[in-house]
Amino acid sequence: MDLFANLALGLSTAGTPVNLLYCLIGVFLGTAIGVLPGLGPTATIAMLLPLTFGLEPLAALIMLAGIYYGSQYGGSTTSILVNLPGEAASVVTTLDGYQMAKQGRAGPALTASAVGSFFAGTVATFLLAVFAPPLADAALKFGPADYFSLMVLGLVASIVLAQGSLLHAFGMVVLGLLLGLIGTDITSGAMRFTFGIPELADGIGFVTVAMGMFGLSEIIRNLETESERSVVIAKITSLMPTKEDWKRIIAPILRGTMIGSAMGILPGSGSILGAFAAYSIEKKISKNRHQFGKGAIEGVAAPESANNAGAQTSFIPMLTLGIPSNPVMALMVGAMIIQGIQPGPSVIAEQPKLFWGIIASMWIGNFMLIVLNLPLVGMWVKMITIPYQLLYPAILVFCGIGVFSLNNSTFDIYLMAIFGAMGYLFVKLGCEPAPMLLAFILGPMMEEYLRRAMLISRGDPWVLIQRPISATLLALAVLAMLSVLLPSFSKTREEVFKE
Amino acid sequence: MEMMRSTKDFWSGVLYILFGSGALIAGRDYGMGTALKMGPAYFPSLLAALLILIGAISVIRSFFVQGTPIGDFALKKLAFVVGSVILFGAIIRGAGLAIALPLLAIISARASSRFRWTPSIVMAAGLTVFCILVFLKGLGVPLPLIGSWLGG
Repeated sequence: MDLFANLALGLSTAGTPVNLLYCLIGVFLGTAIGVLPGLGPTATIAMLLPLTFGLEPLAALIMLAGIYYGSQYGGSTTSILVNLPGEAASVVTTLDGYQMAKQGRAGPALTASAVGSFFAGTVATFLLAVFAPPLADAALKFGPADYFSLMVLGLVASIVLAQGSLLHAFGMVVLGLLLGLIGTDITSGAMRFTFGIPELADGIGFVTVAMGMFGLSEIIRNLETESERSVVIAKITSLMPTKEDWKRIIAPILRGTMIGSAMGILPGSGSILGAFAAYSIEKKISKNRHQFGKGAIEGVAAPESANNAGAQTSFIPMLTLGIPSNPVMALMVGAMIIQGIQPGPSVIAEQPKLFWGIIASMWIGNFMLIVLNLPLVGMWVKMITIPYQLLYPAILVFCGIGVFSLNNSTFDIYLMAIFGAMGYLFVKLGCEPAPMLLAFILGPMMEEYLRRAMLISRGDPWVLIQRPISATLLALAVLAMLSVLLPSFSKTREEVFKE
Repeated sequence: MEMMRSTKDFWSGVLYILFGSGALIAGRDYGMGTALKMGPAYFPSLLAALLILIGAISVIRSFFVQGTPIGDFALKKLAFVVGSVILFGAIIRGAGLAIALPLLAIISARASSRFRWTPSIVMAAGLTVFCILVFLKGLGVPLPLIGSWLGG
């Protein structure tokens, strides 16, 4: 079978000592930042991206991917042991995880979460391997109009699935699209919104925006709530779950994996949403539902499986269509372009080693993670005790040097500072920056595809609904928008984000 | 301002309108073109108009729908964090990494309410050595150790 030949190719490529080393570095760093509250994968990958310029493309991508899914593992450790989500997707894990820890069952909670994550990671990697090639084949038939509509659908979905107010998510998307257009217009060569600043001619770097909005403004937000934070770490006695525990977590892990895999493909914060959805479903259908919130092991296993599955399947749109579904994937697209690879449906055919290497590395990485997280949990616990007031100045220093090294320009340092302040202001006003970041990278692509579509149709906008693929995608976008108006949907949406 | 029910909606709406009209004004000379041959201003103007519309809805809504109030701004913390980064950018070439880096680490650390001199200085010193070894020696980032102002 092709699939196994391809996976074998991937394993042999990802299994070279150098690639294994970068995979290990990636998942190690990922676990570390997952464990550390207040430092997420977006800011970390943005910080480390400049360091990967000198690496081989595959090694660079393997490492960056490892940081992302590694952070999903690490995030649960902090959630369970100190009741602080180490990572946004682990917020729900605090509900039952910390309760278990208080009852002296931190060990089984950690094991349930790691085993669930490993299972979910394995399944999701397999799904990625099965579904990516046919999707990429289908995507090769996409014309410019179809791509434009696909991006519209992606942005609409990210608005519908965004946290907080829909109107503001919409506003942030449009603002992000506009900011993305700053710089030289590729078709006409005209300088747009550069205000005579030569550094803006190439546009604003995505990494600069990500570091500002996710690195700097996160730090300011964390400092605001600093005094409320007290780190009391629960003791771990034994890691081994009881026989009863094992029985209870099998079904939630399976369901969590399914829900997480499906949610991960959606644009926006797929892995976060998957975790929330998996938790609320378990809470409804589990026969131990009365224990939820009081230390039910199902409430740890399901969301942790879901967030890891989602982290993995969110690679599907990026690898097959070249379209990022969340800020981390947007950085991956950036990393690929820097390495001279144009992300899109042709990557599988033209760079089979790279494509299958990344996929195989995820499975290898998941295996490394279970080893890193369970026996070495003591080391990560020590990391949680690093005081934040000593940690964040170091993050700022890495951001400063990192953003400088992108273009060897101090201008980018100033820009990052401005975006940091802007990000903080927007969060204060109730506007989440994640949809904006996604729109920021899609802005120039959307304009290009719209232009080409109009050129082909001789300026007739109806082409967007005359082509069947494009029409279907737009219809889906309209449906997604209308679903918000349904009272039952908006109620569920509010509930999900409230917890 | 007693009529206003949601200050968050009001001010974010104002921001959208400002950004939108700014883009329209700045882009008025770029050339619209036609749908067939879109000029550089076509797509941005479309977006800017949409943003203004969203802003207007947000402002209008702020008078009708009750919202949560905007929390206090941690201006001092913001100033320390953002200010130290801008200072870092301003002096990195002139003074060099050996001076700009510890300054960034220590000034930004003062944003914390748990700031104490001794641990912060020790941390800044360690961080400086680490970064010089990794970024300057190891990765060859073209930053001066001692800047031109100091004869480096």
